[in-house]
Amino acid sequence: MTMETVLSVKPFLAVLVSLVVIPFIVVSRTQNMRESWTFIAGTIKFLLVLSMLPLVLKGKSVVYTVVQIFPDLGIAFRVDAFGMLFALVASSLWIVTSIYSLGYMRGLDEHSQTRYYSFFAVALSATIGVAFSANLLTLYLFYEMLSLATYPLVTHHQDRSARTSGRKYLFYILGGSIGLALPAMLITYHFTGTLDFAAHGVMAGHVNSGLALVLSLMFLFGFAKVGIMPMHSWLPAAMVAPTPVSALLHAVAVVKVGAFSVVRVFTGIVGVDTLATFHINEIICTIAAITVVVASLIALSQDELKRRLAFSTIGQLSYIILGVGLLSASGMTGGMLHIAMHAFGKITLFFCAGAIFCATGIKNISQMKGIGRQMPITMTAFLIGSLSVVGLPPCGGFISKWYLVVGTIESGQMLLLLVLLGSSFLNAAYFFPVFYNAFFLSEPEMTFENRVEEAPIWCVVPLTITAGISMVLFFYPQPFLNLAKLAVQSINGG
Amino acid sequence: MDFLTVLISRANYWAYIILMMIGLYAMIAKNNLVKKIVGMSIFQTAVILFYVSIGAKQGATIPILLHGHAPETGGNLAHAATGHGTAAVQAVNYINPLPHVLMLTAIVVGVATLGVALALAIKVYKEYGTLEENEINQRLRRG
Amino acid sequence: MVNTLPALVIIVPLLAALVVAAAGFINKRACFPIAVGALSVSFLGAAALLVRVVNTGVAIEYRFAGWAAPMGIVYVIDHLSALVLVVITAVALVNLVSSKQTIDREFKDKEGAFLSLYVLFTAGLIGMTATGDAFNLYVLLEIASLSGYALIGLGKTRAPLATLNYLFLGTIGATFYLLGVGYLYIATGSLNMADLAAILPGMQNSGIVLFAFIIMLSGLFVKMALFPVHGWLPGAYSQSSSAAAGLIAPLTTKVTVYIMVRICLNLFSVDYTFHHLNAGDILVWVAIATIVFGSLSALAQTDYKKMLTYIIIAEVGYMVGGFFLGNRMGMSGAILHIVNDAVMTLCLFMAAGIFLWKTGTEERGDLKGLFGSMPFTMAGFVLAGLSIIGVPPTCGFFSKWYLVSGGIAAGQYAFVAALIFSSLINAVLFFRLFEISYFEPFADHHHGSDKSAGHGGAGAVIREAPMAMLVPFLFVSIMLLVLGIYSGRIVTNIIHFAIPAGVI
Repeated sequence: MTMETVLSVKPFLAVLVSLVVIPFIVVSRTQNMRESWTFIAGTIKFLLVLSMLPLVLKGKSVVYTVVQIFPDLGIAFRVDAFGMLFALVASSLWIVTSIYSLGYMRGLDEHSQTRYYSFFAVALSATIGVAFSANLLTLYLFYEMLSLATYPLVTHHQDRSARTSGRKYLFYILGGSIGLALPAMLITYHFTGTLDFAAHGVMAGHVNSGLALVLSLMFLFGFAKVGIMPMHSWLPAAMVAPTPVSALLHAVAVVKVGAFSVVRVFTGIVGVDTLATFHINEIICTIAAITVVVASLIALSQDELKRRLAFSTIGQLSYIILGVGLLSASGMTGGMLHIAMHAFGKITLFFCAGAIFCATGIKNISQMKGIGRQMPITMTAFLIGSLSVVGLPPCGGFISKWYLVVGTIESGQMLLLLVLLGSSFLNAAYFFPVFYNAFFLSEPEMTFENRVEEAPIWCVVPLTITAGISMVLFFYPQPFLNLAKLAVQSINGG
Repeated sequence: MDFLTVLISRANYWAYIILMMIGLYAMIAKNNLVKKIVGMSIFQTAVILFYVSIGAKQGATIPILLHGHAPETGGNLAHAATGHGTAAVQAVNYINPLPHVLMLTAIVVGVATLGVALALAIKVYKEYGTLEENEINQRLRRG
Repeated sequence: MVNTLPALVIIVPLLAALVVAAAGFINKRACFPIAVGALSVSFLGAAALLVRVVNTGVAIEYRFAGWAAPMGIVYVIDHLSALVLVVITAVALVNLVSSKQTIDREFKDKEGAFLSLYVLFTAGLIGMTATGDAFNLYVLLEIASLSGYALIGLGKTRAPLATLNYLFLGTIGATFYLLGVGYLYIATGSLNMADLAAILPGMQNSGIVLFAFIIMLSGLFVKMALFPVHGWLPGAYSQSSSAAAGLIAPLTTKVTVYIMVRICLNLFSVDYTFHHLNAGDILVWVAIATIVFGSLSALAQTDYKKMLTYIIIAEVGYMVGGFFLGNRMGMSGAILHIVNDAVMTLCLFMAAGIFLWKTGTEERGDLKGLFGSMPFTMAGFVLAGLSIIGVPPTCGFFSKWYLVSGGIAAGQYAFVAALIFSSLINAVLFFRLFEISYFEPFADHHHGSDKSAGHGGAGAVIREAPMAMLVPFLFVSIMLLVLGIYSGRIVTNIIHFAIPAGVI
């Protein structure tokens, strides 16, 4: 890359800070201390990430090599616009989720909270590690670290259903990364001699069309966290986890790490030119489009709120892949932007689902009739979150979807345009019944006889914050939009 | 005819191979542990025979250098003593001692192996009260 | 001092074996310190040799009794043997230090005998690694094997029978090797490896040399438990005591693989093995069969120590396959895996020793609830498992990195597939164990309102292994990470020089 680089240890520190804090979490004697350590780490991490933002916005990238394992390859970080975008989302949402965890875990008096907070911290380190990776080896390392760190979180309840879900989770995630992504990485390394992410990819001129296609698909399915069908079914299964885990990890960190990894590999390793020359992007777009439609249809039929959200996530993730697969400037911007916009919207929805569960013990949508009267704040936030995910103003989701739509038109893919619009309609179809049930039913239809209170304050505050941010992002999408545009510029322009 | 020449001229090889096969057969096919151990000894001894035979030569003798002193032995060695002190050694007249020396070690190894094997067999006997493998297996399966 | 180091590295433990045996009759308490002392000296010597060889880049030759090469016995310490020496002595030392209590408990009156055999076994392996003489290698191989049989035979009640089985096959293997040496001697008149290496290129078409090659390798394959001659290994290793398993399981197969590498590279030459005979192709397929068979068999075990033994067999397939790919990547991977797998296996068997110490059985089901009661041990065990699966940045990942790259470079995609398959099976194997110790016993609660039944939370009582076992174990598990990070440097600074320049 011709981009100017700045050597700084900050990216490494940002990854490290949540690992360093773990011993403190473990030895903490009281709940308060344990949670304070989490907040301290979260704040430091966010500030570290934020402190690199001005440099990145100036078009520079921050680099740091931790250890050179092979002569030409090591564990190294490089913070560029795309990585910064993702790191900002993940590190800011960690703080919010920590507040939420506080309310949720205390509210339900969960066991093994020390373990919970520790692995949460590891997962965050891994997420930031993925965001800042300078090469595929580093990315793979943190990707695996995240898979393993989230296993105890997903299986937090340690009962039989947790074990079943945990198995499914590992089967897809580890099976994909070891079985597909790892060989794909090594084959790439063999043919190209490098795994460093480069603006135009590294494959051009080294591989033929067949190999490029096979490798691209191996990466797409191998990074199973992105939930492209048929590698998606771990996601609904993983919903057995406590809600804050589902919220941060399965709406934001884990799935977005999958999407981020795939996008990073397509742009930095395979290269947009290679994708275009061999028409691989068309195949990718088709797969993504199928996933979008099918996932949305399945979501319609789910009664359990978290499962409906999970299928919604599967569909939304494929928007990201689809956007990048379009290869047009607007499409790619939209795809990258969707990482941020969807994150804030979806985490709000999960927070709401958790808040409802925390307050009432209800998981199914059919039982939520009239709940809006009792929990107005939560359900209003739910409305905002769903608006954002559907892609309607005045929410951030509108911006990313706008770019996606423009992208399809730019590249003349009318069929994909139809898919986008149609699936948005489906999104609306599976979200609005929830809201309608909650607020607009006549008295006799309500199942809520007794008054329920709002969830604990520590649950309500975070979901208000994220819902607020979702709306703010409609009016001020600049930080993320500029980063996405910068990232696309460096990919297209160089 | 040709085959016969080969057979006879390489008699030592055939002998060791046959012995080896006998040993191998006993180790694999016999049911009794001690018989297996005997087979193992035969197997090892076959290789010792092989080594010893490759060092041997017809009409040659043990390689002891004689420096001009009147040797007790005579025969082929006589001319080795004709020189004064630093006689030119005629290798042709000696058997190759090296394989034989090596086999001293191999024999020791063989004996040690045999010892360990027998010790283990005793332990097996104490444990199961029998040395027949099928009976031991039956006993293991039962409990 | 430096010049006699190669001799000291082996002679100290050899003599110590005698002293320990004698001390067993006089003062039992002296045995352990002597053994530890001897192995420490040996380890330090090996480390010093490695540093010296790496710094000077020249192999060190030690002539016993001053006799020069073709006549006398020489010990040659080059990059490869120095590396393996360090591994052997380090593994033996760490395992010994951590086994003090198990030895005391399992061999009450026989400490002297056990420790003597332990040190003798190590000395045998050291000699095998260092010697530059083909026949001397046989003798040391038998020293190691015989003390190995005795060590395993001292194990559980079924051990003698399993050991006897091992002894028969081991003897066949060693005798085949001896026979091969005999044929080489017939063909060349020499036993010195360097001398042989100089003579053999002129006799590439000789049938005798071919037969020697085949029979020597066959013997070694039996010794390293390559499929289909692996039958002795699971029984013998799973029946041995913890202390013996921790020594023998990590080292025996690995040192035998080293001997194979040595013979193919430095005795018969790369040209003969790979170009003249083209032995690579078929042996890679044998290795693939070994990997697949080992992995699948491991899947069928309910006893975790037995499961580990089948994993060892699969790992032998990794190394043999990687080596016979015949390219630099594959060979580097194979040699690197000698180091990494020794440490990984040590770690796993130490964990098995700790579990046995705590629970008294080796059934998989008895690992229940260990994450709660032994968090540190389980942390180490998880690391070891991840390393076997091949998750970065553990060392297992990086040996797999080289092996898979070698497979791709050689176009041997079946070998690549076998490696990936084995990784996936290993993931199943280890997560099955993790699951048992993490989930079971199942609690009735779904949302932990009853803290008393909590797993590993505040409710669980921590009952860790004794410090003397735990600390070395954690040390080894951390070494898995350290070795992983340094893999690239080990390859470029050491293994690179062990592979002849002609190999690309």
